[in-house]
Amino acid sequence: MNLSPSLRTAFVTLLSILTLAGCGSSDDKSVTLLNVSYDPTRELYRDFNEDFARQWQQQTGQRVTIKQSHSGSGSQARAVIDGLDADVVTLALAYDINSIQEKGKRLGANWQTRFPNNSAPYTSTIVFLVRKGNPKQIRDWPDLVREGVSVVTPNPKTSGGARWNYLAAWGYELHRQLGDWSKLDDPANAAQVEEAQASAERFVGEIYRHTPVLDSGARGATNTFVQREIGDVLIAWENEALLALKELGPDKVEIVIPSITILAEPPVAVVDTVVDRRGTRQIAEAYLQHLYSDAGQELAAKHYFRPRKPEILAKYGELFPTLPTFTIDEVFGGWSAAHAKHFADGGVFDRIYQAGAQ
Amino acid sequence: MSSFRQPSILPGFGLTLGFSVFFLCALVLIPLAALVMKTATMGWDDFLNVLFDPRVLASFRLSFGASLLAATLNGIFGFVIAWTLVRYDFPGRKLIDALIDMPFALPTAVSGIALTAVFAENGWIGEHLAPFGIKVAYTWIGVVVALTLIGLPFVVRSIQPALVEVQRDLEDAAETLGAGRFTIFRRIILPTVTPALLTGFTMAFARGVGEYGSVIFIAGNLPMKTEIAPLLIVIKLEQFDYVGAAAIGFLMLVISFVMLLSINLLQTWGRRRHVAAGR
Amino acid sequence: MAGGPSRALLDEIASRPGRDTFVSSVIKGAFITLSLLFLAALLFAPLITVFATALSKGFEMYFNSFADPDTIAAIRLTLITAAIVVPTNTVFGVAAAWAIAKFEFKGKSILITLIDLPIAVSPVISGLIYVLLFGMQGWFGLWLQEHDISIVFALPGIILATMFVTFPYVARELIPLMQQMGNDEEEAAITLGAGGIMTFFHVTLPKIRWGLLYGVILCNARAMGEFGAVSVVSGHIRGLTTTMPLHVEILYQEYNFVGAFAVASLLTLLAVLTLIIKSLIEWRQKT
Repeated sequence: MNLSPSLRTAFVTLLSILTLAGCGSSDDKSVTLLNVSYDPTRELYRDFNEDFARQWQQQTGQRVTIKQSHSGSGSQARAVIDGLDADVVTLALAYDINSIQEKGKRLGANWQTRFPNNSAPYTSTIVFLVRKGNPKQIRDWPDLVREGVSVVTPNPKTSGGARWNYLAAWGYELHRQLGDWSKLDDPANAAQVEEAQASAERFVGEIYRHTPVLDSGARGATNTFVQREIGDVLIAWENEALLALKELGPDKVEIVIPSITILAEPPVAVVDTVVDRRGTRQIAEAYLQHLYSDAGQELAAKHYFRPRKPEILAKYGELFPTLPTFTIDEVFGGWSAAHAKHFADGGVFDRIYQAGAQ
Repeated sequence: MSSFRQPSILPGFGLTLGFSVFFLCALVLIPLAALVMKTATMGWDDFLNVLFDPRVLASFRLSFGASLLAATLNGIFGFVIAWTLVRYDFPGRKLIDALIDMPFALPTAVSGIALTAVFAENGWIGEHLAPFGIKVAYTWIGVVVALTLIGLPFVVRSIQPALVEVQRDLEDAAETLGAGRFTIFRRIILPTVTPALLTGFTMAFARGVGEYGSVIFIAGNLPMKTEIAPLLIVIKLEQFDYVGAAAIGFLMLVISFVMLLSINLLQTWGRRRHVAAGR
Repeated sequence: MAGGPSRALLDEIASRPGRDTFVSSVIKGAFITLSLLFLAALLFAPLITVFATALSKGFEMYFNSFADPDTIAAIRLTLITAAIVVPTNTVFGVAAAWAIAKFEFKGKSILITLIDLPIAVSPVISGLIYVLLFGMQGWFGLWLQEHDISIVFALPGIILATMFVTFPYVARELIPLMQQMGNDEEEAAITLGAGGIMTFFHVTLPKIRWGLLYGVILCNARAMGEFGAVSVVSGHIRGLTTTMPLHVEILYQEYNFVGAFAVASLLTLLAVLTLIIKSLIEWRQKT
């Protein structure tokens, strides 16, 4: 039995650490919140958390520490479903929060109506990032599929941002064919709509045939475009494009605004089961409400998200030019429908590549 | 116990085997059972659909093919490097020796990013390959390059101790008896190093099949072309399809298990033959 | 001299009568050149990239990167994880290698293969299996929540995933080595009346120390560098459950290339550690 003492020590150490780390404690004076968010909001929430903590302490005298978690929107939703105790989630797509509701049963089905504006306190759109001087003369969506143009966009299967890109392109072609969104709901135009949808599928497929790399996330795609100098145009979130411009150099890239694009609404929600267990509902709701306040909206704008408040949006008008947009609800019938048709296994996106391989 | 194992006067069999098996079960087998159980919740039809999905097949071809190629490259160059480090003295040998483990210590994402930076068309090496029409980054070659880097320490570190312990006097004896260089290599060095070389090859191969972090940066990730099997698992997970993800993971596991087992059986058989011949 | 041949031996071999020194040196030159070329393209170039980026804004920025409290927290978490994982897996590795290499029993190949298995499991799956066990939807999820124990998205999950990933290394390094050496010396020691512990420490350990060292080094390097599996179970809570590799990713995602590669470059210090340990063993052997 020569090894057993050291073994026992190892096991005891292991067990004690496993149990110790499992239990946390907190005193009444201070409270912690966990905000589980997606990648592009890192900078925004760093500032916003500070602002909220200061305001909360002034108001109630209670000290609050906000812990942040960032990763891809889908994998964050999965973590919450699997038990990551997020008090609030601030994700890229309503589809991901819907999944937390359906698969994890961690919040009420009416979550999207609990806060104003579809529970999306800020918005963004999809724009193009091109090389300085726009050497390939890219002005609008059709330029992406011109001979010799190569496009960088992340993988819609793994990146929330990439799904917005895809839907924006689809919506453009649909709108070009139909001219008017109202035709979508009119049964009299069924044949025309079907024709337009087929045309949109061809157009989006053509974009992916011009795509040499599918990165797994939006920032990965930005790095491929800027650092590796792959491609002539990057399809990106407006907030990501503005940040890339600032961080990676206005001498390298510039932004092109297409003629029409999608209105991306990144939603927020309180996770009911967590706040009720932890007793943090009040502060969690105040935290998300603060996003709609003047201070919150200003911070959103500073970090390149379009604020909802018209007067603050107007103040930052230089950053955010007005352009025609459409929403996922009016064109695609909501996220669940869009996901099932386009991104689920065997959906349109899969068809594009299976067809390409044969 | 006696029918289960051959008698030996050495102590500690029960203790060491018992502990190993217990630890193996607790840490590896029970968690993997969760994977198998998850896969089992899916019907046969669904499972066969996953198995014969052209995208899954294409990704398996890439993952297993590139890993095999990378492990072979590592087998050859790893041997050369281990030999050089053990047998020759030259300036910087010790530093290079210490750097061999770096592919393990560097987070895979960093290796992937750095390799892409080097091999992209605007990178140090990529720009010299581009004029010859050779594209490494964002093609299957990039996958092989990344997997070769990831697997390198396995092979070198397996062979090194074996080479060190190769009985030098045996070599000397052979030499004084007039055996040629090639004969020494074939008759003495190769047999001693082969088990370690096979171990290194196997581990490099196995690791390559599952590798994700470094490959996604350099592969391009185009479905049917440069999409590796672990990426498909991630894709399934992104759709909250745990069962589909588990099924692909399970399939990879079974294939890897069979390949590993074959190599291990081959080794055991080879060793028995070797021992028998020696006696 | 295990790390390399001694000068004296090399000279002796070189001066041996009848030895074709010219062909020898050609072979030596070819081996060294081939090794260096291969390593330069595959290993040194990426390493230089890491350091070049980390130092691209000067030494001050490089060292400033380590002042960030989140970075310090990440380094601490990685060290704690390695401090638990590496000794545990070393004990396992030695025990398994002893059982497998010293004895003949049925099902040995299967046992070896099962030990190999974690290497073949994709890191994503390595993390996922613990989520399937301990996550809210998993086997023990509800029970754990009722007892207020968190395993996934906390330190225990990170340790478990790391342990799984690095599980085979020490064992796999030792098994072929110990098999190749045979049992003669141990059997002699036991016959002469030595105990099991004494035989192991005085007969076996000196013979396997290089293999053991490489195994521990590999295990440790892998434990500190693991990204994929840990990423799945970590929850990515900044300053709390982010290990060094995860923190590198965070910094990189924030376009903080200097900080990201500075933290990554810290992991290359492990090479220096390897160098010191090896020199130390060689030195102790001489005296």
